[in-house]
Amino acid sequence: MHELSIAQSLVSLVERQLPEGVTRVTAVDMRLGALAGVVRGALEFCYGIATDGTPLQGSTLRIVELPVVIHCPECQADRTLEGVTFRCPVCGTLSGDLRQGRELDLASIEYDEPEVASA
Amino acid sequence: MTTTPRVLEIRQKVLSKNDELARGLRDRLHAHGVFTLNFVSSPGTGKTRLLEETLGRLVARGVKPAALVGDLATDNDAQRLMRSGVPVRQITTAGRCHLEAEMIATHLEGWDLGQFDILFIENVGNLVCPSSYDLGEDLRVVMLSVTEGEDKPLKYPSLFNSADLAVITKLDLAEACETDMAAMHQNLQAIRPGIRVFETSAKTGAGMDEWIAFLVEQQRIRPAAPEATAE
Ligand SMILES: Nc1nc2c(ncn2[C@@H]2O[C@H](COP(=O)(O)OP(=O)(O)OP(=O)(O)O)[C@@H](O)[C@H]2O)c(=O)[nH]1
Ligand SMILES: [Mg+2]
Ligand SMILES: [Zn+2]
Repeated sequence: MHELSIAQSLVSLVERQLPEGVTRVTAVDMRLGALAGVVRGALEFCYGIATDGTPLQGSTLRIVELPVVIHCPECQADRTLEGVTFRCPVCGTLSGDLRQGRELDLASIEYDEPEVASA
Repeated sequence: MTTTPRVLEIRQKVLSKNDELARGLRDRLHAHGVFTLNFVSSPGTGKTRLLEETLGRLVARGVKPAALVGDLATDNDAQRLMRSGVPVRQITTAGRCHLEAEMIATHLEGWDLGQFDILFIENVGNLVCPSSYDLGEDLRVVMLSVTEGEDKPLKYPSLFNSADLAVITKLDLAEACETDMAAMHQNLQAIRPGIRVFETSAKTGAGMDEWIAFLVEQQRIRPAAPEATAE
């Protein structure tokens, strides 16, 4: 289980990117590839722990899951895998030319921007 | 005082800090001509045993190896490897199930890298967690023993797909375990098409000559080629 480490890395990455003065993040958007080696449910669980006591506390974690995509040299096309093996679902050729699936990316954040108090 | 919600695009890898550190490590190791391998497998596959056999053979060939060994709690593996007389350091992860680039950097401190030709990193025995962490290695070597079942690659695609090379271990037990070697190779190719696979027995020495010849060859050519591993 390394999802807690991942969640902690995510929190410190967000904290490093946070504009000056922002104290509350409301949502975090992530992209998670099927080959990232990260279990979604475990990450969501650990997110609550890792955000505790930080500007991200209580924020929503939104995860977009990405399937594995390979480039098939026979079809000369990108193909989404249907099973676990790296075989083109159309022609059956094995291909290790990975085009998508390892993503473990922070996409964007939503935060409350304090308005300058008008006098 | 009211607040307005804002959206900020970031688009960064969650592990970008580890990746940066790993890149720095790789450059440093290359600058010293060190060729680095990261051994990953489930617990008990035979990482330490293969290393024990490998270190002695490399020294006999005039190559200067060093090793870092990750373990959750003990330094048993480092003690075993130290008998070879080669510089070895233990990385105790205090429960962490994988090594990170920062741990490698810390444990290389004080070592004169110019004295080494090849650095082995034995990761914590785990088929899931190490896959996300670049340690600055040139090659990630996944090991699979004949006693573990032929379908391990299918069950742990993230790790097997992230490997550059596979070593099948405990070949001497294949018959007793009725291991279907053809199926094992097929499954490795199904998850990592084109991956080079070695078969070894640290016990009988089977396959060791080919494995050592490969290491000696790689160590000679790899660090010399600048940006050889750049993606
Ligand atoms: N018969 C046989 N046994 C082996 C071989 N390689 C390793 N073993 C045995 O398998 C057991 C585990 O080997 P280790 O080298 O400690 O495995 P490991 O992958 O380093 O284990 P962890 O560090 O705990 O993940 C030991 O009892 C070894 O002696 C082999 O080639 N043949
Ligand atoms: Mg070991
Ligand atoms: Zn095809």
